[in-house]
Amino acid sequence: MSSIQTIHINLYILLSSVLFCIGVMGVLFRRNVIIVFMSIELMLNAINLLLVAFSSYWNDPSGQIFVFFVMVVAAAEVAVGLAILIMIYRNTGTTDINVLNKLKG
Amino acid sequence: MKILYILTGLGVLAMLAEIFRFKKFLFPKVLLGLLLAIAAAVWDWNTNIHYYNNMLTFDNYALLFSIVICATAFLWVLSSQDFFSNASNQTDYYALSLFALCGAVIMVSYTNLLMLFLGIEILSIPIYVLAGSRKDDLSSNESALKYFLMGAFATGFLLFGITLVYGACGTFDLGVLGTYIGSPESITSWRGPGGETLLFAGILLILIGMSFKVAAVPFHFWTPDVYQGAPTPVTAFMSTIVKTAAFAAFLRLFMSCFVGYASLWNDIIWTLAALSILLGNITAVYQSNVKRMLAYSGISHAGYMMLAILTSGDMSSGAVLYYSAAYSVASIGAFAVLAIVEQHTPSLPSPKGKEEGVQPSPFGTAGGRERSSGGGGIDSFTGLSKRNPLLAFSMTISMLSLAGIPPLAGFFGKYYLFSSALQSGYVWLVLIAVLGSLIGVYYYLKVIIKIYSPPQPSQRDGDESSKLLSFGQPKVASEALGWSITILIFLTIALSLLLGIFPDLIIRLI
Repeated sequence: MSSIQTIHINLYILLSSVLFCIGVMGVLFRRNVIIVFMSIELMLNAINLLLVAFSSYWNDPSGQIFVFFVMVVAAAEVAVGLAILIMIYRNTGTTDINVLNKLKG
Repeated sequence: MKILYILTGLGVLAMLAEIFRFKKFLFPKVLLGLLLAIAAAVWDWNTNIHYYNNMLTFDNYALLFSIVICATAFLWVLSSQDFFSNASNQTDYYALSLFALCGAVIMVSYTNLLMLFLGIEILSIPIYVLAGSRKDDLSSNESALKYFLMGAFATGFLLFGITLVYGACGTFDLGVLGTYIGSPESITSWRGPGGETLLFAGILLILIGMSFKVAAVPFHFWTPDVYQGAPTPVTAFMSTIVKTAAFAAFLRLFMSCFVGYASLWNDIIWTLAALSILLGNITAVYQSNVKRMLAYSGISHAGYMMLAILTSGDMSSGAVLYYSAAYSVASIGAFAVLAIVEQHTPSLPSPKGKEEGVQPSPFGTAGGRERSSGGGGIDSFTGLSKRNPLLAFSMTISMLSLAGIPPLAGFFGKYYLFSSALQSGYVWLVLIAVLGSLIGVYYYLKVIIKIYSPPQPSQRDGDESSKLLSFGQPKVASEALGWSITILIFLTIALSLLLGIFPDLIIRLI
């Protein structure tokens, strides 16, 4: 029995759910785009933690492989996201999400 | 699988074109490559091969949706030649859109939840970039950021759902999951931690994630802003190819895999569909910007297509295929015309005060804002039939097809969806859907009436630029069409009619 299995699986589920919810709250309520990006990362990392825990629970490596894919995609996504943010910063001089209210109706 | 190789190769070729300087020939090469991809998909017909340890399966369902996606992409490239050729970095645009197409093909052919996730991301990330491709335009920036944030947020929900389903069942494979979920004895002797609860929560979270992607109603709020702010060709891409791929993925997942728990998600999808149809159509009535109106109508079309997920019978995949083909053809036609009209609408620098005097809108918000994001107001269509009859006719056909007027393709799309829902006993939902499409006819006809109404100079004497716009005499020459647009217009009209007159061509294939 590996050390990850000494803790009951329900505790991993609880921890990951709490982390995921904190991430969701961050995306919904923070106004600085960089902090919103960080909250999205938090959501994804909560998922990674849970995937590893389940992978160990099932003795099945595919969950851990999935984590690599999530990491790679998250890196690619953040690269694009930060590029978009820089573009906006050049045009408006701020990273506050409330500046973006041109499109309404 | 060949189709995926061809699309990837084409994308790499597009990037090489920048280095080896054969940009000029890229446009015909991409068109040819897309035709080749369609041919490859036809070649693979009925082979049903599994790839990469059952990660991808190119069965007929996948091939048909791939063909629809590639054909739509063919039309899309034809329609957006201006977008490509006017840009300084056109090769990047080609490469990005081709890589997005790879993602779309993966999304329709996955048989493993990992591939679903990868497909969605491969499709989305290039489109985040494309949506923000007008770097100096603040509305394009805003659209890109909103699309990015909402996309990443939705992916988070989808991934959490996938993780919980994995926790409950211990596998990502759709086939194994399907047998696991489908058999009642496995439910009683549940092996996973937390029992069925994990699976329930997982399915619900995946449902939320997919609803974000297809823009069904409580999760639709990003759509109008993103569609309006992005460059019009990119909007066309988002509303046709992305939507087709997302629905194919949605349907594949819920039809083949989660159908054993249909009692759990049926009511939710019922509500989502009803809300999307009603809210999408009613809000679209109040829009004065055509792009925004098409965005809301896209939401309502997502609602119609959700009927098929609800019925999930033999008919439903054929119905979704037909509907998405009809919808894509009509939308590409509409967006192509819109892009041309937008280009030739004089941009008004800071007309806020003036604007409100000129067109008193009962809903306040319409005034100056829409203009600042590059035109596309419904008034720019006034008198289009005089200025360019071909464009006007094409727009009319597209609008009628979207509204579902026989004998155009949109009518039969709706007919198949509604009749399969009726057979499954969803009478109330079909009533709502019919009511919704009646409302839809109103705002589609509004555009057509604008096109065929003569310009009214008397109301607009005060506004110099509006005068230019509505008289439009000097504009006649500049709205002359390139050969690719002319071909596109004839193709979309022909396809709308052909699909409408011979609906059996497609619907019997699946």
